Amino acid sequence: MIQKRWSSPADAVADIGDGASVMIGGFGEAGSPIELIHALVDKGSRNLTVISNNTGSGRVGLAALIANGQVARMICSYPRSTNSMVFPELYRAGKIELELVPQGTLAERIRAGGAGIPAFFTATAVGTQLGEGKERRTFDGRDYVMERGLRADFALVRADRGDRHGNLVYTKTARNFGPIMCMAAKVAIVQVRQVVESGCIDPEAVVTPGIFVQRLVEVPCPEQESHLVKEGRCYP
Amino acid sequence: MSQPSQQPTGWSRHDMARLAARDIHDGAYVNLGIGIPELVTQHVPPDHEVIFHTENGLLGVGPSPAAGSEDPELINAGKKPVTAIAGAAYFHHADSFAMIRGGHLDVSVLGAMQVSSRGDLANWSTGEADAIPAVGGAMDLVAGVKRVVILTEHTTKTGEPKLVAECTYPLTGCGVVDRVYTNLAIIDVTPEGFVAQEIAPGITFRELQEKTGAPIIDGRPRSESQ
Repeated sequence: MIQKRWSSPADAVADIGDGASVMIGGFGEAGSPIELIHALVDKGSRNLTVISNNTGSGRVGLAALIANGQVARMICSYPRSTNSMVFPELYRAGKIELELVPQGTLAERIRAGGAGIPAFFTATAVGTQLGEGKERRTFDGRDYVMERGLRADFALVRADRGDRHGNLVYTKTARNFGPIMCMAAKVAIVQVRQVVESGCIDPEAVVTPGIFVQRLVEVPCPEQESHLVKEGRCYP
Repeated sequence: MSQPSQQPTGWSRHDMARLAARDIHDGAYVNLGIGIPELVTQHVPPDHEVIFHTENGLLGVGPSPAAGSEDPELINAGKKPVTAIAGAAYFHHADSFAMIRGGHLDVSVLGAMQVSSRGDLANWSTGEADAIPAVGGAMDLVAGVKRVVILTEHTTKTGEPKLVAECTYPLTGCGVVDRVYTNLAIIDVTPEGFVAQEIAPGITFRELQEKTGAPIIDGRPRSESQ
């Protein structure tokens, strides 16, 4: 019988080892799987490559993982946002590596990785610093650069509801990178507000089909990153 | 109107947004950048239906929510709380950028640090050594959206031209800008370079040229030329 439900965030992340690549969902705090990230802080794995649109805020969630010295390399489109100070400090000190990727290229690299596409061509970044050194081709008179598909050992994602098969639905703009990261990771670990019985999610409304999800953890009342930042909280 | 003793500053930011909104056709799908472009939503002509897109997965962005009813899971690309209109749709990031990169969006309205007379745009980095580089979706928008228009002050805070012969800041895209709305003029980017289509009240063509870092052609109808 298929049962993807795990008992706790700590159990679900227990095999994320040193040197792993980890995709982390969310756009700012929307969709950020904060309890799973905190479990990874507790676990203490080091030398991680993290693929995420931003670099967190304050000293909680992704920012806490970075502040804890666990991340060697970030693949990211926008590493400075309001209340984001941990990444800039470490970056200026030369203690963390950055691969800056245009946001649409980042999303498409993840989607392509999940779809078994090793590389593709895009017009984004042609003639700019971020297109330098990349293979170029001309199709129908327009220039394109080659970008590689991205895969990862693990994905940490937040969704709204899931069933034991791993079918997921999300909330509003908290969906963002979740569906494609589930596709692109060998092990997609998802925290949901509620685990429901099979059949409770209308098959017509499933956003991420269960085949892309390996582990599901119920976190009924997730912490809100901006509230923690406002309170000046620091994890752990 | 300006007092005679003051140097005319041309259009306000809301004037610029109103002019840009006037030129967006009924039924258009539009992405707005952060800053002055956000004002465009307030100036859509009442007989036009325009659908606003945000990169983080929403078509049909509505007005800001009332204080106290913000939803941290309903935000725009600037990470500010928004609402969704009736008929809105949510989608994941790859679909959102397929809309952008696949040429499905009609207009992208962006801010700028510099625009060159060839239509090159610089708006993501000053290139300073200790700056944290961050690009977001700007390079995707200029590469993929059908029409790219810029809303910006004509000069920097220190009076340097933002419309230039060659961008000195790192580029966001090459030859991508169609039109620029500044506080002084509406300027098209053409194969011949910058062409002024409208000039703000109280501004002469000569003043406009003096504040621009590349030659401008006066493209106004003869009756408006001075």
